[in-house]
Amino acid sequence: MDFFFLLQLLIVGTIVGTLYGVVAMSFVLIYKASHVVNFAQGEFLLIGAWVCWWFLTEFQLPFVFGFLFTLVFMMIFGMLLQVLVLRPMIGEPVISVIMVTIGLSLFFQALMKWIFGTTAEPFPPIFESRYVELFGIINIQSVYIMSIVVSGLIMLSFAWFFKYSRTGLAMRATAFDQQAAQSMGVSVKQVFAMAWAISAMVSAVAGVVMGVVNGVSHALAFIGIKVFPAVILGGLDSVVGAVIGGLIIGLLEAVSQFIDVELGLGMNLYQVAPFYALIIILMFKPYGLFGTRDIERI
Amino acid sequence: MAGVQMRPAGDFRTGYGRDTTIFDDRASFLTVVILIAIAACAPLLLSGYGLNLMIQIGYLGIAALGLNILVGFTGQISIGHSVFFGFGAFASVFIHQRTGIPVFFCIPLAGCFTAAIGLIFGIPAARIKGLYLAIATLAAQFILQDFFARASWFTGGVAGTLADPVSIFGYQLIADQTYFYLVLAYVVVMYVLAANLMRTRDGRALIAVRDHYLSAEIMGVNLTKYRILSFGISSFYAGIGGALYAHYLGFVSVEAFTILFSIQFLGMIIIGGLGSIMGTLMGTAFMVLLPETMDAIGRALTDTPIDTALSLRSNIAFLQEMAIGLAIVLFLIFEPDGLAHRWRQIKAYWKLYPFSY
Repeated sequence: MDFFFLLQLLIVGTIVGTLYGVVAMSFVLIYKASHVVNFAQGEFLLIGAWVCWWFLTEFQLPFVFGFLFTLVFMMIFGMLLQVLVLRPMIGEPVISVIMVTIGLSLFFQALMKWIFGTTAEPFPPIFESRYVELFGIINIQSVYIMSIVVSGLIMLSFAWFFKYSRTGLAMRATAFDQQAAQSMGVSVKQVFAMAWAISAMVSAVAGVVMGVVNGVSHALAFIGIKVFPAVILGGLDSVVGAVIGGLIIGLLEAVSQFIDVELGLGMNLYQVAPFYALIIILMFKPYGLFGTRDIERI
Repeated sequence: MAGVQMRPAGDFRTGYGRDTTIFDDRASFLTVVILIAIAACAPLLLSGYGLNLMIQIGYLGIAALGLNILVGFTGQISIGHSVFFGFGAFASVFIHQRTGIPVFFCIPLAGCFTAAIGLIFGIPAARIKGLYLAIATLAAQFILQDFFARASWFTGGVAGTLADPVSIFGYQLIADQTYFYLVLAYVVVMYVLAANLMRTRDGRALIAVRDHYLSAEIMGVNLTKYRILSFGISSFYAGIGGALYAHYLGFVSVEAFTILFSIQFLGMIIIGGLGSIMGTLMGTAFMVLLPETMDAIGRALTDTPIDTALSLRSNIAFLQEMAIGLAIVLFLIFEPDGLAHRWRQIKAYWKLYPFSY
């Protein structure tokens, strides 16, 4: 047993887990506001990361500007997507809405492969030193520190946004009862578009962070699928649950990677472990840790 | 026009019996018979390439029909159909290699084994529905894909496994021309079975579960039983399709059964029309021919300025994926009832001709 290796894995797992949490949060945002399950969440990461990479390498922009332009781009993209594709689907059965987002994810993933190719591209370096020493024993990549800070900032601003801002209040009202919110003067259409815009932006941030760490490639889109175990574990309509679920899935991955290496199973156990967890959660606690139980009236 | 009943303005059905017939009148029955007869002549008419496409439409159509029973009739979405298709392929090869049972009989056996696996993975469906179920089947996709890669005793691992050709009484169906008839026979049998399923008590129960599960339960339909049963039936169809696929290609590899393949199956039934048996076949044909059309366009544009500017030729695989995604999205927005609906409108127009309704 190599405890040092385990510790290293757990730290990386926590950091990746917070990123899962951020993506899960933006997933929950869309679900809460408009009751749409977005299977294309991973593609938001992918598009965000590629667009940012393109701004940085093609135009040689400084990171801050490239990043800001990416956010603006993703905001417009998310809004357009909602207006053009998701708005016509209002009132359609769940199956159709799920299928539309699956179709979108296929389309955008292939589009990104067509435009940017299939090889992973590194981001231009942002930090001076690549490693930071922590507690004198463990070296951590400075991008990991940055990613934890960014995730924390996003989570705090989410909390602030929902609690104190007017739009956040409108979103909570819409999520609770669309008709009542509309009759109190909330524009449900605007709220839906906002939810998609914010979700796209936040996912893009996670995408850029992941891209800075590992390079940008189409593999980023797989995080969109990893989000499902996280979200189901936390509860589909709970923002706090999404963060906790993301952390747990990140740690689960780290532990299963450790087991994999220790026992020499030699396969990608860590890629599948979250899905076993998912099945178990669905069997025993389908609404997750913090989700609301559906009550149906006849 | 002897024997052809004219129904100039609407349906005048006077009993439940008339309502549940497969064919409305002799004319539609004859049409289907003639279509099958024309299809049976395909090996004489088509080139090897066209025949290959027809066989693909055949085995994929069987699997897609299973998915349509699950999604279109019972209203439970599954995003993991390709692994059941794959399980059927591996099971048929495995049974043949281990027991020496002739391949011809391995195909239905593989269907039964896949149905058993489908029943197991359908158990979550007893408790959850809608999007939770969609996510559970997504998990099944990755778990089974991982299982295929690990279980080398069953699947040959990542290297894949060789499948023997089908033989009946020592006569081997190696050529496309003869294999086509096997696939055609299966298509006819499986489609007739599905059409008849919807006329039975069980089939009506499946539709009741889709339309309003609470009412169905109050009416005495056993929800758990029918939800799991529909997974079993759907996997049976997938298994048969997969087995036909395996013995056609002669080689089965784990890499084939990805989530993209599952999405393609979903695309087939959406483009064809959810809950339409005829539509499933149309959707499958659409989905098989779409990449071929893209390929043909790409080839026609080779070395033109458009090709060099967009590098179409070298990225044709991605363009095909994009087309599938786009087709799914556009059909859901503009033609949610699929090709089957359009076909019904054409028939109605024909029937009512001088009048519009």
